[in-house]
Amino acid sequence: MDQAMFARFRKCAVEVLSVSEDQVVPEAKFGDDLDADSLDLVELVMALEEEFGVEVPEEDLEGIETVGQAYDLVVGKL
Amino acid sequence: MKGGGRRVAITGYGVVAPCGIGRKAFWDGLNGPGITGHRSIEIADWDPSPYFDSPKESRRADRVEQFAVAAAAEAFEHAGRPAVDTDRFGTIFATGVGGLRSTQDQIEVLIAKGERRVSPFLVPMMMPNAPGAAISMRYGLRGPNETICTACAASTHAIGYAARLISWGMCDAVVTGGAESAGCSIGVASFGNMTALSTSGSSRPFDVDRDGFVLGEGAGVLILEEWSAAEGRGANILGEVLGAGSNADAHHITAPAPGGTGAIGCMRLALTDAGLEPGDIGHVNAHGTSTPLNDAAEAAAVSEVFGPRGIPVTSTKGVTGHALGAAGALEAIAMLLAMEHRSIPPTAGTTSVDPEFTIDLVVGAARSWTPAPSISNSLGFGGHNGSIIIGPV
Repeated sequence: MDQAMFARFRKCAVEVLSVSEDQVVPEAKFGDDLDADSLDLVELVMALEEEFGVEVPEEDLEGIETVGQAYDLVVGKL
Repeated sequence: MKGGGRRVAITGYGVVAPCGIGRKAFWDGLNGPGITGHRSIEIADWDPSPYFDSPKESRRADRVEQFAVAAAAEAFEHAGRPAVDTDRFGTIFATGVGGLRSTQDQIEVLIAKGERRVSPFLVPMMMPNAPGAAISMRYGLRGPNETICTACAASTHAIGYAARLISWGMCDAVVTGGAESAGCSIGVASFGNMTALSTSGSSRPFDVDRDGFVLGEGAGVLILEEWSAAEGRGANILGEVLGAGSNADAHHITAPAPGGTGAIGCMRLALTDAGLEPGDIGHVNAHGTSTPLNDAAEAAAVSEVFGPRGIPVTSTKGVTGHALGAAGALEAIAMLLAMEHRSIPPTAGTTSVDPEFTIDLVVGAARSWTPAPSISNSLGFGGHNGSIIIGPV
């Protein structure tokens, strides 16, 4: 995992979800660990799209439960 | 209050306004200098963080909702917890325009960045019922939860309706009041272009040189309880809702009916509801927006109901600005504070009362008085009139 890239991802998550940096680890689950619901994820994806200049269609979010999955999804669009 | 015969106690209130946050600061503000140099006055350095669990939660509440929950927190702290079934604890709240700032912000996002960037939280931020919804969720209040949107009369109507739910026996306690925060650029432009805002930057109610209002913002929240239940739990009863009036001008979307005929009828409805005569009333907290038309109609109405110079009249809008749907709640609280301090605050900003008016306006300095039932008027665009009578304990 590219640490600089993940740091950008983490910054978005910290701002949008009001969590601390050390909570944003690849295995963290959005629902259980980061108290994020489906609309929180929509907002996070908006921030990530802006940060990375990508577009993530809504249907791609199905089944995304962890930070690592979301990171891979976004980076995979680059 | 007619209807059910149950008396309505006021046991707590909270306030957020540009002239002061919290009831003590607000009272000082009511007795302070009037606003100068503003078309719109905002609460400086507003910090919502004490009222929300996280920045995420506060960011997803429009400023109007932030004000509402802050004022509610003070009101509940003031009242203590009413000992009533939460199914019979209602929330009757008010706003004129709801989350206008969020609406404007997200329209700007839509235009600049496209549909995909519009916040998924816009709907619960802009909907006018969001402040009332937030209050009921915070305190677990499962009784009726309705929001009244009758422009500048909204929170006076809300308090009247809330009291009636208790009088009728449908609720044993109700949290009520109103919130507003419309001073974003679209709000200021809209009120400015309809020539409602003061071009000189001061609110001068009933002054010969009045030229419109200063847009205000804020929230006022009151806790109402059925009298015997409040007494039974040892609550500190601060006042009583004695009566309320509500009617319509059926005349014009913004201009009041000439001669204040709607306001005359409304004040008389409130008096009848309270079972009081004009001579029983000790003070009028006027709508007093400082627009040429409102103040002329209201001055005529007050003179007609209470006689020429028959009763002390004050308008607090010189210091609060016009907080639209929150105005009536701020003014109900101003009346309770005037009773507590045995002093009627002066009409800030006003120096020369319009010689056409035959009202006894409190100007220059506060006036000592013996607390008595007091009436507050709120007259909204759309021809909505509301009057509420609150009595001292």
